[in-house]
Amino acid sequence: MNVHEYQAKQLLREHGIPVPNGVPVFNVDDARRACDALPGPIWVVKAQIHAGGRGKGGGVKLARSKAEVEELAKKMLGMTLVTEQTGPAGKLVNRLYIEEGVDIRREIYLAMLVDRVSSGITLMVSSEGGVNIEETAHDHPEKIIRIAVNPSVGLQAFQVREVAKKLGGSAVFARNLADFLGKFYKAFVAMDCSMAEINPLVVTGDDRIIALDAKLNFDGNALYRHPTIQALRDITEEAPSEVQASKFDLSYVKLDGDIGCLVNGAGLAMATMDILNYAGGHPANFLDVGGSATTERVTEAFKILVADQVKAIFVNIFGGIMKCDTIANGIVTAARTLDLSIPIVVRMEGTNVELGKKILAESGLAIMAADTMADGAVKAVAAAAQAATATKS
Amino acid sequence: MAIWVDKNTKLIVQGITGSAGTFHAQQMIDYGTNLVGGVTPGKGGQTFAHNGKGVPVFDTMAEAVAATGANASVIYVPPAFAADSIMEAAAAGIALVVTITEGIPVMDMMRAKIFLKDFPTAEGSHPGLRAGTRLIGPNCPGIITPGACKIGIMPGHIHKEGRIGVVSRSGTLTYEAVGQLTALGIGQSTCVGIGGDPINGTNFIDVLAAFQADPDTDGVIMIGEIGGQAEEDAATWIRAHFTKPLAAFIAGQTAPPGKRMGHAGAIISGGKGTAAAKIAALTEAGVAICPSPAELAKTLVARMQQRV
Repeated sequence: MNVHEYQAKQLLREHGIPVPNGVPVFNVDDARRACDALPGPIWVVKAQIHAGGRGKGGGVKLARSKAEVEELAKKMLGMTLVTEQTGPAGKLVNRLYIEEGVDIRREIYLAMLVDRVSSGITLMVSSEGGVNIEETAHDHPEKIIRIAVNPSVGLQAFQVREVAKKLGGSAVFARNLADFLGKFYKAFVAMDCSMAEINPLVVTGDDRIIALDAKLNFDGNALYRHPTIQALRDITEEAPSEVQASKFDLSYVKLDGDIGCLVNGAGLAMATMDILNYAGGHPANFLDVGGSATTERVTEAFKILVADQVKAIFVNIFGGIMKCDTIANGIVTAARTLDLSIPIVVRMEGTNVELGKKILAESGLAIMAADTMADGAVKAVAAAAQAATATKS
Repeated sequence: MAIWVDKNTKLIVQGITGSAGTFHAQQMIDYGTNLVGGVTPGKGGQTFAHNGKGVPVFDTMAEAVAATGANASVIYVPPAFAADSIMEAAAAGIALVVTITEGIPVMDMMRAKIFLKDFPTAEGSHPGLRAGTRLIGPNCPGIITPGACKIGIMPGHIHKEGRIGVVSRSGTLTYEAVGQLTALGIGQSTCVGIGGDPINGTNFIDVLAAFQADPDTDGVIMIGEIGGQAEEDAATWIRAHFTKPLAAFIAGQTAPPGKRMGHAGAIISGGKGTAAAKIAALTEAGVAICPSPAELAKTLVARMQQRV
């Protein structure tokens, strides 16, 4: 799960990590009041969306007067911000963060992440702050310092000294860096982060260290023990169909094709997308109904696919513990309740497959049965193409 | 002979009184797995009865192992308590811990893996030391040696005794591979689901090394997916050490970057973990790539015929 910059900074502040003073605002009146709470003479107006690259995209602006802050707030609230991470459609700006200006002498890149290879935590630091880290990694890999932290003992003093030595700087800077990194590591573990990025981490004229930006990503599996973080979820940042799917514990990702997929199991769901593509079609989504799909969940899954205006639906089930007759009953109920007119191709295999096929055949619904996954994919692609031609003519 | 589990495996079910634990314990007994007991804290002293068989329920793994001589366990404990159960099993001297639970926090798994380092696997341990622990999973369907021992949640009836190994990060795709093999009349030696989480106990290399050493495995189907670099690491190892016919499929060739595809570990991030990179690495290692998930068995059969 992601949170906004202002929320991330509030969480870091609660862990004693220095961040600039700022006020989140939702309308122009708030923006005016925010200026009074911050001393000036420089304010930074930052658009709050769940995507990076905001600076280049025009989502971060400097203001030298309260009038300028107000003017920027008027302009930015409600605008669609397009950055290299949002895709061409961009994201609607509903929230701003007004921050005090900071005296910047130096910019550093800092990130911490879960490393799946070592099953540990990796600290990444680079003297090239404020720029795209992937570019640095590509052009100047030697400028990235990587420290592997053993989670059973945590970040050690010698590791911090190594970072400080490589970055270079005064004794005061080294001391402040040790304090910052120690708190940052503790916050990372305490909040069950999967990734935390501070870009840039700035060093002020008097060698103080401040997190000028903050991006936190949390382990979804651990959110149950962090209700306050869970409450920060902003559903306006997510596709409505994905929000709807999450309410019913359906694992769903919207894609841009026209064939809806309903599958059990994440691997098979990915493979179903792949085989549609292999057959010349385009999947509209990834959808895993899980191992314990009920009639209710299958109906909800169909509703989401219909709302996404798919041209055909491909149901691909390998019944293991979940029986094919259960799925068949779910399909029939859903098709009747929703009065579906979209072509449905069903491929079923596994436990109680004969019974499942019988239920579908006797339902009187126009369901196309497929013998294999490949056969199903070909039929679904043909049905979608036919539906697309029919709409055009 | 197969790998890791057979007729001599004595299994404890951790979380046997929960709904998933109860259901799958029954299924495993029906399949013929030698289930010797269960553990649920606070429920010790009860008897778990099914189909004319009754096994004791214990409060702790230490008691269960002492009373039954179990050498394997399977975990159906809710995610918040699952890492604790893994460590309890290792401390009790269990050699093989299969974790079915999905949704264990990453920080918990990190701690459990560090804990397991004190229990090196049987292959790596020295005589006189206590038995090592291999963890399979979490978030996996389990392991099965057809006709001998089923540990997990896979449907037993689709399997057939034979000489092909299957290793996979995905549950249903494992069944797909098995279903395709059985439909062609080809049986399996052992099928291992290593799970879809970013941090797991057993990786592709561990399983492939065991298949390489197993005289009763003639060829292997390997199923990977986007995210991480386990397939790339396996490719490097395969090149140097694996000599049996091997066919591989990578799921998620059409997955968009930055989106988690169901499994916690299935995500392309920062341009890393793409299907294309994995396929390239495996191709270079001489592995036969399945172009479509409908051709898992066919691709392996073709590769085996080529070699004859």
